[in-house]
Amino acid sequence: MTKIRVRFTKHGAIRYIGHLDVMRYFQKTIRRAGINVSYSGGYSPHQIMTFAAPLGVGLESDGEYMDLGIEDEHPDTEMIMNALNEASVPEIRILSVKILPEDAGNAMASVFASSYEITFYDDKKDLCPDAEKIKELIDRIHSMDSMIYHKETKKTSRDIDLKSFIYNLYLKDDISYKPVICMTINSSSSDSIKPGFVIEFMCGLEDIQLPPNSLQITRLDMFTRGENGEMISLGDIGVSK
Amino acid sequence: MNSDGLFLSNDILMSIEKPERYIGHEVNSCIKDPEDIRVRFVMCFPDVYEIGMSHLGIQILYDMFNSFPDVWCERVYSPWVDLDKVMREQHIPLFTLESQRPVREADFLGITIQYEMCYTNILQILDLSGIPLSSSDRTWDDPIVIGGGPCTYNPEPIAEFFDIFYIGEGETRYRELLDLYEKCKDEGTSREEFLFRASQIPGLYVPSLYEVKYNEDGTIADFYPIREGVPSKVKKEVVKDLDDTYYPQKPVVPYIRCVQDRVVLEIMRGCIRGCRFCQAGELYRPVRERSVDKLLETVYRMLDSTGYEEISLSSLSSSDYTHLPELLDKLIIECEKRKVNITLPSLRIDAFSLDVMNKVEDIKKTSVTFAPEAGSQRLRDVINKGLTEEDILSGSAQAIKGGWTKFKFYFMLGHPFETDEDILGIGDLANKVAAEFFELVPREERKNGPISITVSTSFFVPKPFTAFQWAPQCTQDEFIRKAYVCRSGIASQLNQKRIHYNWHDADTSVIEALLARGDRKVGEVIRKVYEKGGIYDAWSDYYSHKRWLDALDECGLSLDFYAYRERSAEEIFPWDFIDIGVSKRFLRNEYEKAREGKITENCRAKCNGCGAATFGAGICPGAYKK
Repeated sequence: MTKIRVRFTKHGAIRYIGHLDVMRYFQKTIRRAGINVSYSGGYSPHQIMTFAAPLGVGLESDGEYMDLGIEDEHPDTEMIMNALNEASVPEIRILSVKILPEDAGNAMASVFASSYEITFYDDKKDLCPDAEKIKELIDRIHSMDSMIYHKETKKTSRDIDLKSFIYNLYLKDDISYKPVICMTINSSSSDSIKPGFVIEFMCGLEDIQLPPNSLQITRLDMFTRGENGEMISLGDIGVSK
Repeated sequence: MNSDGLFLSNDILMSIEKPERYIGHEVNSCIKDPEDIRVRFVMCFPDVYEIGMSHLGIQILYDMFNSFPDVWCERVYSPWVDLDKVMREQHIPLFTLESQRPVREADFLGITIQYEMCYTNILQILDLSGIPLSSSDRTWDDPIVIGGGPCTYNPEPIAEFFDIFYIGEGETRYRELLDLYEKCKDEGTSREEFLFRASQIPGLYVPSLYEVKYNEDGTIADFYPIREGVPSKVKKEVVKDLDDTYYPQKPVVPYIRCVQDRVVLEIMRGCIRGCRFCQAGELYRPVRERSVDKLLETVYRMLDSTGYEEISLSSLSSSDYTHLPELLDKLIIECEKRKVNITLPSLRIDAFSLDVMNKVEDIKKTSVTFAPEAGSQRLRDVINKGLTEEDILSGSAQAIKGGWTKFKFYFMLGHPFETDEDILGIGDLANKVAAEFFELVPREERKNGPISITVSTSFFVPKPFTAFQWAPQCTQDEFIRKAYVCRSGIASQLNQKRIHYNWHDADTSVIEALLARGDRKVGEVIRKVYEKGGIYDAWSDYYSHKRWLDALDECGLSLDFYAYRERSAEEIFPWDFIDIGVSKRFLRNEYEKAREGKITENCRAKCNGCGAATFGAGICPGAYKK
C-alpha cells in the first residue's frame, strides 16, 4: 500500500456540507474516478482514508487534506489528480496529489495549525467594524499578555487563554472595500480553537456586537510542525510523480 | 438569491437543521440553460429530502424528462418544519434544488403520492409555492399540478388540489402530454382547453371535468364527465416491456445520508401472489420481469456513475423473480471484485436465500425476516398469504442451523374475518420457532447467544382495488384490544422471554383508512387539518389525531362512514372510474372466497382471469413475448 496526500478546496454552495458528508462524498468520488484505493478487510470493507482537521459547516477552504492508501506501488499522481477532478463537483477542486514518505504522520494526527482569511459578508459589512477599527483592535491584542476567552461547548464551559493558540494575526495590506483579517491558529486535535473565538474576543474589547453569521471564513492551509518547531504546510510533504 | 447562487440566505442556511437539504449541487443533478428549453417540469416528493431522494420512481422520471432536449426536470421536497416556519414568517416562496428558482415559475409541478399520510404535505408544497390550493383558482401563471403514484388510484380525496392525475406508470404518456402543452402554448389556448385536451390522453384524469352525485346515505349515486368527449373511464398506463424503457443512467447522489443510500435495482414489477389485503399486488399487475443481461448492464453503469458502495434489489417479492439465482450469482462475483455490498430485499426464507445471505452478510449482524401477516393457517388462507406454517418452521430451522439467532416476524391485526384464536396463533408460532432453537442448538454451541425473536404487528387498513375494499376496518378500541390479546398470547408462551413484541399505533391507521377510501368530500377535511397547522402527518412527532377528528366533525363527516363501515356489493366506489385491468367482479369473488377461507393460486401456477391480461404484457396468457 502506498500513502498519498490529496489537497482540495471547498467553495460556494458546498460549504454547507458537513465534514462526515464530505468524507462520504469522497468515498464515492474515489470510486467514480476509478482510483485503485486500498480497503480494510471484513464483511463491509472500507477505504483507507484519513482527513485532517474537520472544516466547520459554512466555511470555505483552499487547503483541505485527505490521506489515502492506494494499491499502486508507483502511482501517477497527476493522473490521480485529473481523475479525481473529473469525478468531482466544480466546488471541490483537487490542487495537488503527493506520495507520502513511509514515516509521514497521517493528516489527522500531524495537523498542528490552520491559517484563515476572514472577512464580513457583504450584506453585513456595514454593521461590522471597518478596516481602521480592526487594525486598532489587532494592535491592542498584540500588546496584551493574555486573552482570556470563555469557551462554551455543549458539555463544558471553561476559560482559555487564546493568546497561546494564535501564531499570527494581522490585517491584510491590500485593503479593498472591506477588511480582511488573516490568522494562523492552533487546530490540533487536542487544543484547537476556532477563528470566530478570536474575532469575538477582539470585538468584545470595545463591546462591539457583530450581527449573527456575519463572518465569511476561508481556511487557506493547514500545517504540521517541523523538527525545529517551524510550520510546514501539509501539502509540502511528499512528492508528486 | 445569495452570492453562491442559492435561494436561501446564509443566515437562514446557518440557522436550520441540515442545510444540505436545500442547496442542490449534487453529483449528477441536471443543470440546463433555460434558453435551450421549452418546458420546466418540477418533480416533487412531498416529504423531507432524505425520504424523497430515496424514491426510485422519481429517479426514473427525472432521467427520462432530462433526456428530452426541450425539457428541464428539477426536484423539490418538503421543507422540514424548521425551514417551513422561516419561509412562512419571511414570505419566502418554495424553490427548486437545481435552478434555485421559485417553483411557481415552472410549467409543471409533478407530485408523486406514495402514502396517504403525506396529503397535508401536498398542501404545504402548493401553499409555500404560492400556488392556489384549488385547481379551479389557478391560471396560466401557475404550473399545471399533476399527481402520480399509488395513491392516485383513488385520487378523489385530493381531487380538487390537482389539475391532472396520471394513472399508471409514468414512462409511457408524458411525452404526449408535453407535446400537447407546447402546442397549446403556441396556439394560445386557455388553461381549461389544455386540460380538456389532456383528458383525451390515455391514463390522464382531469378531475375538474367530472361530477359526483351522492345518495342520501352519503354513498355515490353517480360519477360522470361533464363535457362531451371526456372519457368516462380512465385506464391505467402500463410499460409492456421493461427491457425497452427508461432506467436511470446517472442517479443523483445526495450528500447527506438518505434512506436509500445505494443503487436500487428494480428487478420486476407486479407480484404473482395476490394477497387479499395488498394493494400493490393488484395495482402493478401484470407481473413483468427485467432480463438479467439488461439488469447487469444497468447496475454496473449506475455503480460507475454514482460511486455507490452498495446495491439493493427491489421488487414486491424478489423470490418470485424467475432468474434470481442467475442474477445473484453474477452480481455476487462482480460485487466482490468491486468491493460493493449487496443488501437483500426480504426474500422467502429457504435453503437458497439462506445460502445467499450467508455469502453477502454477516450472520451475527443480520436477522432473518418472515412476514406471515396472520398468526393461524386459517387466517393466512383468508388473506391468501401463500405461506404455510411448515414453510416458516422449516425455513427458521434451516436458519437456526446456519447460525442465525435474530428473527423478525411481521403480522397485521384486524384482517377481515379474524378471531381471537387467530391472534393467539401469533404467540404460538413465535414460540415454536424459539423451541426449535433450544431443540436444535445444544447449550455449548450457542456462541452467538440465545435466539431473539421480534414480533411486530401493524393494523389492517382496507385499500381500494383489493379484495378487502368492501371490508370494515376495526375501530381504534378494537385494535387496541387485539394488540392486548396478541401481547397476552405471547406472554403466556413458554419461551416468552425470547420474544419481543411491538405494535404500531392505531390512530394513524384509521385516518389512513379514511384517506384511502375517501371521496371528494374528504378533501375539505384535509384542507382543514392543514389550516389547523397539520403537516408531516406521516411523522408521529408531528401527527395530531385530535386535529383530524376535529376537522371531520367540522365537515360533518365520520370515521363510521369511511373507515368502519362494510360496503355493499352494489356500492359505487369513488375509484370505480379507474380501470386497473383487474375487474371489480374478480375482486368481489376474492372477497367471497376469503369469507370461506379458500385460497386462490398464484399467477404463475394458474391464470385466475383477474382481467390484467387486457394489457397483453408480462406473465399473462397471450401476452406479447420478445
